[in-house]
Formats: sequence, C-alpha cells, structure tokens
Amino acid sequence: MRTALIVLRKDLRLELRTLETVPAMVLFSLVTFVIFHFGLNQNTISGQLAAGVLTATLLFAAMLGVNRLFVAEREQGGFDAFLLAPVDRSAMLLAKATALFLFLAALEVVAVPAFGLFLLGPSLGPALPGLIVVLALADLALAVIGTLVSAIAVHTRARDLIGPMIGLPLLIPALIATARATGPLLAAQHAASAPPGRWLLILALYDVVFALLAYAVFDFLLED
Amino acid sequence: MVDEPPAIELRGLSRYFGERTALRDVSLALPAGATLAVLGRNGAGKSTLLRILAALLRPHAGDVLVLGEPLPRRAFAVRGRLGLLGHEPLLYRELTGRENLRYHAGLHRVEAERVEEVLRAVQMERRADDPVRLLSRGMVQRLAVARAVLHRPRVLLLDEPRANLDPAASELVEPLIGRSSGVTRVLTSHDPRAALAESDLVLALKDGRSIYLGEPAGLRDGQLRELYS
Amino acid sequence: MRSTTTYAKGLRGLALATTATIGIALVLVFFYAPLDANQGFVQKIFYVHVPLAIVSLCGFVFGGLLAIGYLRTGDRRWDMRSYVAIHMALIFGVGGLITGSIWAKASWGHWWVWNEPTLVSFLIVLLLFATYQPLRFSIEDPERQARYASVFAIVAGAFVPLNYIAVQLATSYVHPRVLTLGGANLPASMGVTFLVAQIGFVLLYITLWKYEMAAKNNRSQVRRLRRTLLGEDSGRPLGRSAAPS
Repeated sequence: MRTALIVLRKDLRLELRTLETVPAMVLFSLVTFVIFHFGLNQNTISGQLAAGVLTATLLFAAMLGVNRLFVAEREQGGFDAFLLAPVDRSAMLLAKATALFLFLAALEVVAVPAFGLFLLGPSLGPALPGLIVVLALADLALAVIGTLVSAIAVHTRARDLIGPMIGLPLLIPALIATARATGPLLAAQHAASAPPGRWLLILALYDVVFALLAYAVFDFLLED
Repeated sequence: MVDEPPAIELRGLSRYFGERTALRDVSLALPAGATLAVLGRNGAGKSTLLRILAALLRPHAGDVLVLGEPLPRRAFAVRGRLGLLGHEPLLYRELTGRENLRYHAGLHRVEAERVEEVLRAVQMERRADDPVRLLSRGMVQRLAVARAVLHRPRVLLLDEPRANLDPAASELVEPLIGRSSGVTRVLTSHDPRAALAESDLVLALKDGRSIYLGEPAGLRDGQLRELYS
Repeated sequence: MRSTTTYAKGLRGLALATTATIGIALVLVFFYAPLDANQGFVQKIFYVHVPLAIVSLCGFVFGGLLAIGYLRTGDRRWDMRSYVAIHMALIFGVGGLITGSIWAKASWGHWWVWNEPTLVSFLIVLLLFATYQPLRFSIEDPERQARYASVFAIVAGAFVPLNYIAVQLATSYVHPRVLTLGGANLPASMGVTFLVAQIGFVLLYITLWKYEMAAKNNRSQVRRLRRTLLGEDSGRPLGRSAAPS
C-alpha cells in the first residue's frame, strides 16, 4: 500500500511536469464533440443518444491515455527499478490504476461540462449527481482494464494498436451499462433523478470481477 | 578466513531465449567480498548472467544461489541486498536527480539522509535539482552509481560500470563500487585487462559456454584472443 | 515432451465416433426433424449454428482454463493446448457467426439482427478473440509470448459469461426466442435432432483439437531430434510466429 503511494506520487509528479496525457485526452474529447455535432447534424441531443455520445467519447479518450501509462517505465527502465526493489508487485497495478482513474476524473471535470455546453439539450445540473456516481463506477472499469491492457501492450511490437484493440471489446459490457445508466438521466422530458439500479449493479459487478482478475494475473505481466 | 558460504553459487545454470541458448551449463562459486570478472564478446551471455543474478530473469536449468538463497524461489529475500548497475541508468529523465533517488529510497525503505549522503559521495549535490535529461552522460552515470549503492547492497552487479566516466569520476566512485568497497562484486567490462586487474576470479564466456574459470593470472593471452575472435 | 502417441491415442476411434454422430445428425436433420412452419427448410441451419456457437464459447472458456495451467506450472505444453483450443474455437466461432447470419436472414429477413443477444454477444466475443493471434505475433520472446497469451486467455475467458449477461439485459426481444434460459421450447423430435447435432459438434471439436495437438507435437519433436543429431544450428530458425513451439 505504501509502495503504491510512492509509485503513484512519482507518476503524478511526472504527469504534472510533462503534461502528456490529460491535456491530450481533454483536447481529443472536445474535438470529438464537435465531430459528433456535425456527424449527427443536430443542435442538441438528449436521452439515450446523448448518453451514447458521451460514453463513447470518454471511452476513446481513455484509450488514448491508456497507451501512455507504461511507456515511461518501458523506455526509461522503470520496470527494472521496480522489480529490483523488495516490494509487492501488485503495488504497481494499484498505483497505475489509481493514476489512470485520477486522469480520467480530471478529464471529466472539463469534458462533461463541455458536453453540457456543446451538445446536451436538457440542463446538465439536475443530472449531475447521478452522472457522477455512474462515471465513478465507469472510471473504475476503465482504470482496471486500461492498466491491464496497457501492461500487456507495452511489451509488444505494435504497442499503440494492441491496447485499444484488446481493451475496447473487453470494455463493451461496461460501456453498455454506463450508457444505459446515463440515458434516463439525460432525457429531455421526465429525466430520472437517479440512475437505474440494475445497470449500476452490472457496472459494479464488472468492476469487482475484473479488479480481482487483474490482481490475480498482474504479477505474470511484470516478470521478464 | 572465515568459513562463510559463498556469496554467489551457480551450478549448471542454463538460460534460453526461444531457440537461442544464452547460457549453457555455467557453474562457479564466489566467496563473500571477492570480485568476479565476466569476460566475453557482445552476445556471449554476460548481461544475461547479471540479470539472472539480479533476479530479473529466471534460470531455465540449474541452481542459482545468491547470499545463500535459491533464486527465483527466494528472490524476495535477497532483492533488497543486491545492487545492479546496468546499461540503463534506471532514472526518469523528467525528474531531478534528487527526486529519482528519493523514489528509489522510498522503494527500498532507505532514510532520506542517505540520499544526501550518496549525492555528496558522487559530487552531484549541486546539480541534484536539475532534470536528468539536462545532465551530461558522465553525470547521469554518477547518479546511476548513487542509485545502485543507495540501499547499501551486499552484492554489486556491475555491467560496464566505468562507461562514460572520465578518470576523475572513475576515481570518485571507486570507494562505492570498486574493490575497496569490500562488497562482493560481479562485473563485466569491455576492457578485459582492466577487469582482470581488479578481480579475484574470472569467468570467460563464449556463446554462453564457460571456456575459462579461475584466477586472473591463469588466463593466457591466447585464450583472451580466442575469446574475442 | 509427451510422445505423439498420447494425443493420437484413441484419435481414430474418436474420429470414427465423430463421423458417425454427425452422419446420424444429418440423417435426422433431413429426414426426421419436422419442417418449421414459419421458416421452412432454411431453418434447419439452426442445427448447425447453435451447436457451433455453443462449442465455440465453451472452447474459449476451455482455452482460458488451460492457460491457468500454464501460469501455474510454467510448462509450455499447457500453453500449446490453450492456443489450439482458442484457435479451434475461433474457427468454429466464425462458422457459427456465418450460419447465424444465414439463419437471421431466413428467420427475420435481415443478414444481421441486433435483438438476438446470443448472436450479438457472440460477435463481441469473436472481436475480442480475434486479437489473440495478433497479440501473440507481436511478442517475440516465446516465453513472454506464452505468458501474455495466457493472461489474455484467462481474462477473455472470464469475459465470456459476463459479456453474455450484459448483452442479454441490454437487448429487447421482439421475436420469439427458441432457446431461452428457462429451457428449450422445441417439440420433441426437433429436440432429439438438436441434441445429436450438439454432441456431434462437441466430438468434432475434441477430435480436431487432439489432431492439431498431435501434429504440433510431432513437428516440435522432429525439430528437437534434428537439433540433437545435427547440432545447434541445423534447420532454419523458426522466426517470428504466433504459434507456440
């Protein structure tokens, strides 16, 4: 746990100094919103369509961030440094997943209001509390799968491609649950005040299952 | 001479990469405090041997015992007592020297004052707050040495430790990683004669096989030439 | 390395059993099972599509379980078994997808439908497992390749049921389902035919799996013999490959 904090602090410090990941994700999301506006040719969207657009955009932005997660370790000897130390290897999984989660949260702080501004018809305000809950669970899923997939991809030749290729299908159930949980919140009329429970449950189940799985297999990805 | 178990013991060590054999049936015993020089061409298996001793690679056949502990089974027990100085400095370029060392100190549970101590020992205290990417190669190498000895390892694994170091810097790091440190060392070098001069035991590798194991004085010039042919 | 005979043992008997079962199934399909009132003759592809899909999904899960064997023992034979299992399951899966599409066309007039959750979750699973071989191919070191592929197989294997549940819940049913979780609502004659076809495809999968294992085993034994007899550098180097060796 303590080790995870040390690694996390190092990664946050690196990100703050280089600003490689989060600004790129934010920019990507904003551009994607513009593209959706023209692609759908609608002034405003609401309900399930809005939920789908938001979820898909966040998903693709996350894939962008995922690629960068382990690159510094691979290229600057970070893996060796970690493996030489008398520490629990799962600490790296925890640290990286937390870092990714925080990056995604930072992304959403900008992207969600932008979404409300550019594309969303109904007001964002009332939907916000429910949205935060859904996105928290969704970010967890993205963080776990993203870390797992990035750790796999970083040692392959086609690094930037393998990550999203494996990650996107794996995330489809989470995507489904996120979009369906968000849809009612963003409806034009009779918007729900709380996200439907069953989809939150599926998201939570997904998070738990894959977090446990990731914890179980991660050590095998770090060995040489 | 205290009757201690050898610091490093190899028995029939072999390691493959797919169909290529990197190490084949290597055996030796290195007493505590002694220095082993590993000689051979590029690709002869030197770096592989060091990485196996560092518990970064697992052996495919044979036994590896470091400080009495079998690897890889008991790797976690010896990890904190080994220091590796490889080709990579293992430093993040965007962080400063001090931040890098503090990170390693955190991982190895070393107190903060020790970081300052090693920075002084390699004379990098003044440049310790510059990002590593701004430092010269010699300075980076000095920081790498500092990193390797930060946690006071009992066994040092040195892959061409004097690379990028001018004579002054080389002298500077001598008490840390040289013979006078009193620590058990395994080192490789591109300059075989220099390596022979500071070692107690020599292992000569050719295509993964051990073709000479013994005292430095016993290695004849002819064998040395054959090694690099 | 296990001799080829272990995999080849019983292979002939198994192959005969498979041929016999599939033969019987064909007879039943064409002469015994009644013609579906709505869909007509093309409905009979159901007897091929559903078994293919089921065997494929089970094959993926099977591959994941075998991969656990590799990670626990480090014995590359488990990785070989896992690879072959997934490889086969993928082939069966593509077959299932194509026959499913034909069935969709016959039943509902479209080559693809979104409200058949089994078909949809099947597509997602195939999209995931289609990345298995590119992943293997892009890792050069064979041991790392085996390890990473095993991690993938385990995660992807666990994904199969979870994905199915999610898609089930997300899909709205417009058309009547044939096989629901509650139980099949098939008339008895169709049920028997289906069962025989299912068994036939399971046997086919097992036979092909054993056959490919025996063949791969053979090849690597030959390579090893060559190396022992003729020295280290005999024979061309294997080069980069997606298959374990």
